[in-house]
Amino acid sequence: MENKKTQNITTVVGIVFLLLLVIVLEQIISPTSTMAMLLTVTKKSAIYAVVAVSMNLLNGFTGLFSLGQAGFMLMGAYTYAIFTIPRAERDAVYYYYDQAMELSFPEVFGNALGSVGFLLGVLLAIILGGLVAAAVAYVIGFPVLRLKSDYLAIATLGFAEIIRALFQWTKLGPITNGANPLKNYVRLNSFKIEMGDTTIGLSTFTTLLFATICIGIMVMLINSSYGRAFKAIREDEVAAEAMGINLYKHKQIAFCISCFFAGVGGAMLAMFANTVQANNFKSNMTFEILLIVVLGGIGSVSGSCIGAVLFVFAAEWWLRGLDSGKWLFINAPGVLRNGFRLVVFSVGIMIVILFFRRGIMGDKELPYYAKRIRDRFIINKPKAGEKENG
Amino acid sequence: MAENVLRLEDITMQFGGVVAVDNFSMEVNKGEIVALIGPNGAGKTTAFNCITGVYEPTNGRVTLHGEVIVENHPQGKMKDLYKGENNGKYTNVVSHTPDKITYREIARTFQNIRLFKALTVFDNVLIAKHMRAKHNVFSSTFRFSAKEERRMRDEALSLLEEQNLLHLKDSIASSLPYGLQRRLEIARALATEPSIILLDEPAAGMNPQETFELTSFIRQIREEYKLTVFMIEHHMDLVMKISDRIYVLDFGKMISHGTPTEVQNDQKVIDAYLGVVEDAED
Ligand SMILES: Nc1ncnc2c1ncn2[C@@H]1O[C@H](COP(=O)(O)OP(=O)(O)OP(=O)(O)O)[C@@H](O)[C@H]1O
Ligand SMILES: [Mg+2]
Repeated sequence: MENKKTQNITTVVGIVFLLLLVIVLEQIISPTSTMAMLLTVTKKSAIYAVVAVSMNLLNGFTGLFSLGQAGFMLMGAYTYAIFTIPRAERDAVYYYYDQAMELSFPEVFGNALGSVGFLLGVLLAIILGGLVAAAVAYVIGFPVLRLKSDYLAIATLGFAEIIRALFQWTKLGPITNGANPLKNYVRLNSFKIEMGDTTIGLSTFTTLLFATICIGIMVMLINSSYGRAFKAIREDEVAAEAMGINLYKHKQIAFCISCFFAGVGGAMLAMFANTVQANNFKSNMTFEILLIVVLGGIGSVSGSCIGAVLFVFAAEWWLRGLDSGKWLFINAPGVLRNGFRLVVFSVGIMIVILFFRRGIMGDKELPYYAKRIRDRFIINKPKAGEKENG
Repeated sequence: MAENVLRLEDITMQFGGVVAVDNFSMEVNKGEIVALIGPNGAGKTTAFNCITGVYEPTNGRVTLHGEVIVENHPQGKMKDLYKGENNGKYTNVVSHTPDKITYREIARTFQNIRLFKALTVFDNVLIAKHMRAKHNVFSSTFRFSAKEERRMRDEALSLLEEQNLLHLKDSIASSLPYGLQRRLEIARALATEPSIILLDEPAAGMNPQETFELTSFIRQIREEYKLTVFMIEHHMDLVMKISDRIYVLDFGKMISHGTPTEVQNDQKVIDAYLGVVEDAED
């Protein structure tokens, strides 16, 4: 018990430290320097981490192999964008359609309550994004959750593609803007404090804080009695049922919550990007998330976070040079051409999967390894046979 | 009159053309230890699965404490395929998922141990407490039902202590030796707070010493948890010593029932089963 407490305190202290560090970095890194990329990839990693953990909640902790993530992210992103585009901008965005939606949460709440209201409106739109995804998950859960492993994967994958097509349908244009992008909604760069002529940018901090809260809630769920029931289902459905766990009910809860956070992640991704367009939420995105989950370790939350950071940092930053002729000290414009990054990236992933079969973290969490390292190197454990009491 | 706990009436389970359990009727009274024996493939486990909601029997009725928990009659394609008796006797359909049956205080163990392998001994027992806890996913996640969680943990711990498993509470279930895995499975079943426990070959895979201890162990849990016991077992020493009554299945049909002495001296049982067991043991 004591051990658990110290672990929790260490985790919280670590996260607070990280958040403070990000605030500082955000002020000292100039947007034009090469290090500005650090902030961008940090934001994207945090968002991907939320979605990866949400996928892990299903695949790793409940044993449900679902591949619908991109579809639910799409719903979250659209919901968020639709409800945050300011009225004045709507005509410009919905150029080809008579827009049906006039409501902008940040505007409405902002007019009433100032900047607090603005934040509240943004938050509401994000949560609504999650709720829409969860509600849809609830409905498609009825047919889909009765399917077994591979069939569930195929059904959810297909469903995500249908959603993508549906959102581009011209009949829905007045709401979704058809195949055209949604833009001019509230983005991450609105999160800043302006005092005279100094600006304190808080977009990276806000993203990280929000991601932490989302992942924190999922961790609390996993460690609750319901989380244990999910693990029981993963371990053995027949035994779980015999222990009084209603399979369908618990699968549905896990599915809805996972999709809620995928929706929230989609909303955050919308805030991160400049536009929302259905075509960006292809099954490719689901496989990126799946890769992160497998890379980090199926059944490990910290694994998913580490996986997200490694994946996004490598794909968007560290390996960039491979496409543009120069990488580290190698200068070979002939070989390092467009697309070479993907080759290196795939080889790297194959190596990881071959040598860390169970991902970087297996199904263990960070504190487990921290403890093992401490036990091995720092604390001089009495050797076997020398223990107290003989 | 002894108080009836579990009653099976004309239970028939037909898989395609195979009648695994054929018109089986029986009852278990409060506080009894009743055994179900018979050769391999006789339909014993299938009978358990019909009671616990894993299978829906083709025909027949199961009653628990006077409440019908399972009832069915041949329907659809089975109407023509049905080879059993008493077609038309039952008209209602009562069917529950296994968790609802467990909730009605029937617990079970499995012939080939089904623990939550990758989880700890403590978590295995704690999971069985989930069903009766007063919480929902929201209160449980945000720790509004912390009191309930503490109660579940305390109860699980004291159960482990009673079962002499407390020192193993942080071990991974699959790392336990076979005999202890069986004990853990029983402990986990007890955690669902049953009034009747169904044990499917509790002695399978145990060494003679462990099998010997099982006799007093089963009697002991019956006293301590005020249980009724219904068990499938192949070890005749154990069965004869412990059972109040015995039912014998052969090819799905009940061929005999009665006290251990009656069953032991029944020529049909000797021909179908006991003779074979003794031959095998020689
Ligand atoms: N799901 C199923 N589908 C088809 N046939 C089944 C199914 N389950 C059981 N059977 C058949 O029913 C018969 C009875 O099997 P059951 O497992 O109940 O035997 P048992 O008495 O428990 O035997 P053992 O002592 O070996 O455990 C067997 O012939 C088996 O093949
Ligand atoms: Mg059997």
